[in-house]
Amino acid sequence: MAQHTSEQIEKVITDSLVSFGANAEDVNRDAELTALDIDSLDLAELSQIIEEQFGVELSGADVAEITTVGDAIDLVAERA
Amino acid sequence: MSPEGCALVTGGSRGIGAAICRALAADGWPVAVNYRTSATQAQAVVAAIEAAGGRAVAIEGDVSDPQVAQPLLESAAAALGAPVLGLVNNAGVRADNLALSLSDEDWKLVLDTNLGATYRLTRSALRAMIRARFGRVVNVASVIGPRANAGQANYAASKAAVIAFTKTAAVEVARRGVTINAVAPGLISTDMTEGIPDELLGRVPAQRPGTPEEVAAAVAFLASPAAAYVTASILYVDGGLSA
Repeated sequence: MAQHTSEQIEKVITDSLVSFGANAEDVNRDAELTALDIDSLDLAELSQIIEEQFGVELSGADVAEITTVGDAIDLVAERA
Repeated sequence: MSPEGCALVTGGSRGIGAAICRALAADGWPVAVNYRTSATQAQAVVAAIEAAGGRAVAIEGDVSDPQVAQPLLESAAAALGAPVLGLVNNAGVRADNLALSLSDEDWKLVLDTNLGATYRLTRSALRAMIRARFGRVVNVASVIGPRANAGQANYAASKAAVIAFTKTAAVEVARRGVTINAVAPGLISTDMTEGIPDELLGRVPAQRPGTPEEVAAAVAFLASPAAAYVTASILYVDGGLSA
């Protein structure tokens, strides 16, 4: 049920991370969120955005598993 | 205020809560007046606000019920056509007894209402606030909590915990333009303080009880744009009692 493409998900996540203060040129699939200075408040807001945009609810345990930008994209793509 | 937001005041039908509703409305906030049982009084608050040219709506809900927080916020936002970006956790109860005589029921009632509702509503309201990059949460604490008052161990515990919650939640969201503060009223003339002995008044440097409007003025300030750099603070409105 791929209602949302991986590209759409990647764009929303990337734009969100940049809006939280990450440097756009540093955001790529392999980038670690901690290296982008993304913290727990940012991740909580990102979870909200993902829920609003894609209807995917991420639990605290889900979020704890996310290390890289690619992890977040894949996790959402799997469930969207 | 933020032009896109409305304010929700729990326990807004009477006493300090009603004064807070009127003060926020006078500052331009559309106001949701939450009440549990006093529908007539809540409607009177709404009527007074409307007569003064403001916007308000009365919304029933027992905030001690864990299921009520999210629906209450949604009802307020739907009725006023804007997300709740101002939240005043004012609803409070007393069930006084000496600690050694307190029942579990009275402990739970006071903690669930005074602390539990504050936590649940704040948690839910913060979602819209951090997205809006603007939010104002004002929790109504008390001088009781930071200091002792024999016969109010449950109330004191709940209000001290509200202050601790206020400070920690505030630092978590400060960089999103969301402030969380508390006011700590002293002896204020309301139904809820009836029966408090006059001898307590003698300890108040101002030598008089405060009025609900004086507490409301402090809340309105903390909810205003002017207070953008005030967060995690406790504003005592107590005639000097805590000094």
